[in-house]
Amino acid sequence: MRPIMLKGHERSLTQVKFNREGDLLFSVAKDKSASVWYSFNGERLGTFEGHIGTIWSIDVDSKTELAVTGSADFSAKLWEVNNGKCIKTWKLKTPAKRVEFSPNNDKLLIVTDQVMGEKGTITILPINSNFETREEQTDEPLLIIETAEGAEKVTVAGWSYAGKYIIAGHSNGVVSKYDAETGELHKTVKVHDLTITDLQFSQDKTYFITSSKDKTAHILDVDTLTIMKTYEADAPMNSACITPVKNFVILGGGQDARDVTTTSSKQGKFEARFYHKIFEDEIGRVKGHFGPLNYVAIHPNGTMYASGGEDGFVRLHHFDKSYYDFKYDVERTAEATGAVEVKTPEITA
Amino acid sequence: MPVEEEQEIRIDESAIPIDDIDFSDLEAKYAIPEDDSLSHFIIVDGAPIAPESKVAVLKKVLTKVFSAAGKVTDMYMPVENGQTKGFVFVEFEDISSVDIACKKLNNKKLDVKHTLFVNKLSDVEKYGVKGHVSDEFVEPKIEPYHESPYLKSWLQDYNGRDQFVLQKGDEVGVYWSKNKNDPEPAVEPRQNWTQAFVRFSPKGSYLFSMHEQGIQAWGGPEFSRLKRFFHPNARLIDFSPCENYLVSLSPTPIEVPAEDHPARASFPFGPESEGHKLIIWDIKSGLPTRTFALPPNLENEKKMVWPLVKWSYDDKYCARMGPDALAVYETSDFQLLDKKLIKIEGIVDFEWAPAGVKLAASKNKDADQHVLTYWTPEQVNQTARVALMQIPSREVIRTVNLFQVSDCKLHWQDEARFLCVKVDRHTKSKKTIFTSLEFFHLFEKDIPVEKLELKDSVINFSWEPKGERFVTISILDVGGNVNPAIARNTLTFFGPEEEKIKNKTKLNIKKWTAFASFEKKHSNTIEFSPKGRFVAVATIIGNNHGEIEFYDLDYDGTNKESSTVNNTGSGNNKYFALTDIAWDPSGRYLAAWSSSWRHKIENGYRLYDFAGHLLREEVIDQFKTFYWRPRPQSLLSSNDRKKVRKNLREYSAQFEEADAMEADVATRELILKRRKLFEDWNSWRSEIEKIQKDLGLTQEEETEDVNEEVVEEIREEVLEEKEEVVE
Repeated sequence: MRPIMLKGHERSLTQVKFNREGDLLFSVAKDKSASVWYSFNGERLGTFEGHIGTIWSIDVDSKTELAVTGSADFSAKLWEVNNGKCIKTWKLKTPAKRVEFSPNNDKLLIVTDQVMGEKGTITILPINSNFETREEQTDEPLLIIETAEGAEKVTVAGWSYAGKYIIAGHSNGVVSKYDAETGELHKTVKVHDLTITDLQFSQDKTYFITSSKDKTAHILDVDTLTIMKTYEADAPMNSACITPVKNFVILGGGQDARDVTTTSSKQGKFEARFYHKIFEDEIGRVKGHFGPLNYVAIHPNGTMYASGGEDGFVRLHHFDKSYYDFKYDVERTAEATGAVEVKTPEITA
Repeated sequence: MPVEEEQEIRIDESAIPIDDIDFSDLEAKYAIPEDDSLSHFIIVDGAPIAPESKVAVLKKVLTKVFSAAGKVTDMYMPVENGQTKGFVFVEFEDISSVDIACKKLNNKKLDVKHTLFVNKLSDVEKYGVKGHVSDEFVEPKIEPYHESPYLKSWLQDYNGRDQFVLQKGDEVGVYWSKNKNDPEPAVEPRQNWTQAFVRFSPKGSYLFSMHEQGIQAWGGPEFSRLKRFFHPNARLIDFSPCENYLVSLSPTPIEVPAEDHPARASFPFGPESEGHKLIIWDIKSGLPTRTFALPPNLENEKKMVWPLVKWSYDDKYCARMGPDALAVYETSDFQLLDKKLIKIEGIVDFEWAPAGVKLAASKNKDADQHVLTYWTPEQVNQTARVALMQIPSREVIRTVNLFQVSDCKLHWQDEARFLCVKVDRHTKSKKTIFTSLEFFHLFEKDIPVEKLELKDSVINFSWEPKGERFVTISILDVGGNVNPAIARNTLTFFGPEEEKIKNKTKLNIKKWTAFASFEKKHSNTIEFSPKGRFVAVATIIGNNHGEIEFYDLDYDGTNKESSTVNNTGSGNNKYFALTDIAWDPSGRYLAAWSSSWRHKIENGYRLYDFAGHLLREEVIDQFKTFYWRPRPQSLLSSNDRKKVRKNLREYSAQFEEADAMEADVATRELILKRRKLFEDWNSWRSEIEKIQKDLGLTQEEETEDVNEEVVEEIREEVLEEKEEVVE
C-alpha cells in the first residue's frame, strides 16, 4: 500500500473528505485555504481562497457542485466547486466547527462554537441548489438548535438517513439526537468519558461511529442510540470512519499534540488503526504520519482512504489486493454457505 | 468587631459578689490530681539479709543496680533486730523508671544466692490487699479457633500452571497463566486491594497488601485475609527466606499511646518501641517480634537502602549493619548473638550465603554452616578487604586484601558454592574504572580464591542459577563524557575450565574464561531463567531502545565439553516502552511489561516463551505491574529429577496434548463467539434495511445508472523555445 503524500498545506490538517464519486479529495487545514485534489494521483486541482482564519471543516454536496467551509474567522462560505468561486458568506457569532450538507443537498448544518459568552448552536440553513440561481442564498436560518441548559457544547454533528435526524456529539462524551425539522431533542446517551472528536456515518446513514479522547470509539445505532460496538485504542482518538465493502473501521489519533515533543514518533502512536467492525479486533496499523492523525476519510467505494495529520500532510492510501482478501474464517464460511452477499470492488491499478 | 465590643462592655468588678459564684465546674476541670505517692516506688524482695552495719554498703550497691532504670531518689531498708529484713523500698524520680525497673531488673541475679524480685508498690496495694482481687477463678475466654485456609492450594493445580498478579489502575487481580490465552482469574479482581503495591512472600504462600494503617496478609484458595500487621504508613517490606518473618519500615515512628488510653490494650507494641520505625513481625502469629530504631546515619536518607535486615538461608539468624558494626540476632529470641555487636571498622556491605555451606575445614564436614561475607574499604594504613565470617562462631575463615578499590559488589552463587566479588578498581590516576572478579571456592579446602582481571568496567553480573557459569555486561571506561546513544556495552558469557584431580570423581574448577561475547549493545539487564540455561538480556528505559534478547547457553547437563551460546533471538524483540522483565518460577515464560509507575507510554505486558517467541500481548491503560507468584523449592530429589530428564519425551507428550486441547478449546470458543457476533450484526443490519425499505427511505441504487466516464486529459506545456543557429 504505497501512499501518496499530498503536500499543499502549511499547517495541521483539520478535515479531509471525498466527494460522492470519490474522484476528488477536499482538505482543509489551519492555514487559510482549502484544497481540492485528484484522488487517483494526488495532483492538486485547485484551492478555495477567501477565509482569513483556520478552516475547521469542509463538505461537498452529492453532485459535487457546491462545497461549504466553516472557519475560525466567524464565517462559513459556499463555493462553486468547478471554478472555486465563493458565492456566499454567512457571518456567524462564533467560529464554525463543523459543516455538513443534508443528504439531498437542500440544507446545511453548521456547528458553531461556544466561546466568548455565546451559546454554541447547530444552525440549519436552506441551500438553493438550483444551478441557475444558486448565487442567491438566504441569510435566514431555518432552525437554530441551541445547546440546552446544563448540557456541554456540541463538538461534532451530522445528518442521519434521509436527513431525518441530526446527531450531535458533545464535549462531555454525550451523543444526542434532534429532529431535523423541529429541533426537538429526542434522546441523549453518555457514551464516552471525554470529548467526542468525530462522528461519521455509515454509507446508508443508519448507524455511525464516534471517536473520543478517552481512547475509544463506538458504533451507535441511529434509531435507538444503543452502543453496538466498542473499539479500544491506546491513545486518544481524533477520528473514525466506517469502511464500505469490507467490515472494517479506521481510527486515527495519537498522543496529544502538546505531549508530542516529549515522545518519539515510535511511541506517539501516530498510526491509522484498522479494526474489524464486527469482531472489534485490531487487525492492522498504517504508519507514516509524524504527528497525530486529525481526520481519516474513506473513499465511498472503499478503495482508498485518506488521513490528515497534525504534521500538515495528507496521506492517501490505495488499498492493495491483500486488503480485500483479508477475511476471518467465520466470514469465509458464511460466504461459502451463501449466508451473506459477497461484494468485490473493482480494484483500480 | 470583637475589640470594640469589649470596650463597650464595662464591668465594675467590685460590684460582683465573688463568694456567690459557683466555681466547682472549673475547679473540677483544672484540679491537679493528687499525686499518687506510691507510683514512684518499687518494692524489691530477695535482697540480702545483712547486719545493720552493712546497710550503707548494701544501699550503695543496690542504688547502683537500680540506677540502670532511672534516677533513684530514695531507698528505705527496714531493719529489725539489727538485721535487714531482705526487702527494700526504692523511690524513683521518674514514674517511667518504675516500669523499666520492673521489666528489666525483675529476676536479676545479684549474686549466686540472691535474686531480686521487683514489683511496683502500687501493684502490691492493688493486688496484695484482700478483697481487691477476686478469690474465685474465672476461666479465661479462649478465642474460637479460626482454621486458616490451605496456603499451598495453588501448587495442586492439575496442569501445574503458574499464577501471577496484574495490577491495573486501582484493581489488583490474581490470575492463572494460560500463556497465549486470556488469563483466568483465580479470584475475582478486587478494587483497592492495596494502596501501593502487593508482594508475595518468597515461597508464594502469602500475598501482602499495603495500607495506610499497615500491612495485610492474604492467602488460601480464596485469598482470604489471614493477618493484619499494624504499622501506620509502612512503605517498604521484606521477608525472611523461609517466610517466617516480615520486616516493615515506615517513615512514621511508633507512638505508644498513654497507659490509660483505650487504644493501649490492643496496641501491639510496648513502651520500648517508642519512636522505632523498623519492625520484624512473625507472619504466622501476626505479632511483632522486635522493633528497631533506624540507624542514625539512615535517618533523613532520601533513598533508603533496602533490605535493612538480611537473613541467613534458614531464618535462623538475621543481621543488620550499623556504622562500623554488624548486629547479628538469633531469631529464637531476637537477642544479639552472644549479646555483643560484631565490630567491623568501616563495613560497607554484607551478604549472607544463600544456602548452607559445607566447609571443608570444619570438623563436621557435612554440616551446613552459616556464612556471611562483608567488605571494608581502604582506610588509613589498611587495604580494602573482603572477608568471610562463620556464624555463630564469628570466626573469620578467609580474607582477601584488595587495592585501589572504588566499590565492591558481593554476588553469591545461589547454592553458595561460589562467591564472586565484583571489585570496581580505579587506575592510579583515578580517571577510569576497571573491574576484577574475585572468586571464592567455598566448598574447597582452605577456600581458594581465583582472580579474573578485566579491562572493562562491569556494570551487571549474574550467576546462572544452580550453575557454574555467569554473564556480565561491561563497558570500557574511557573516562570523560561519552555519547549515550552509541551502544558500547559488551555482553560476555563465562564458563568454567575444569581440571581433574586424582582419586576424585568431582571436577575442580580451575578458572573461568569467556566463551562468547557480543559487542556494541545497549543492554543493561540480565535475567537468568530460574532453571538456568536460558538467559534474557534486556535494555530497559533509556533512549527508546527497549529490547529483549534471549540466549540459550545450550547446555543440557550431560555434554560438559561444549558450552556455546545461541542467540535464540527469534528476530528482534523490540519493546520500546519496556520497564521490567521477570521469569516465571518454572523458567518457561518471561513476562515483560511497561509500568505506569515509570511512564505512561504503552502500558501493558507481554509474555514470551523461553525461546523468545511472543505469546501474548495486552495493552492496558494505567497498567502498573506484573508479578509472578513464587514457588517453593521442588521436593524432588536429584535422582528423581534425573529420571524426569531421562523420560522427558514421555512427559512432554502428555503436556503437549493438554496444551493442544487447551488451545483448541480456546480457538473453538473464539470462533463460536465470532460466529455469533457476525450473525447478530447481519440480522441487525437486515432488520434496519427492512425498516428503511418500509419507510421508503432506501434510495434506489443510482450508482448503476451513472455512467462512469473516464476523462483523460493530456496537457502539453511549452516550457522553453530556443532557436540556435548552427554554424
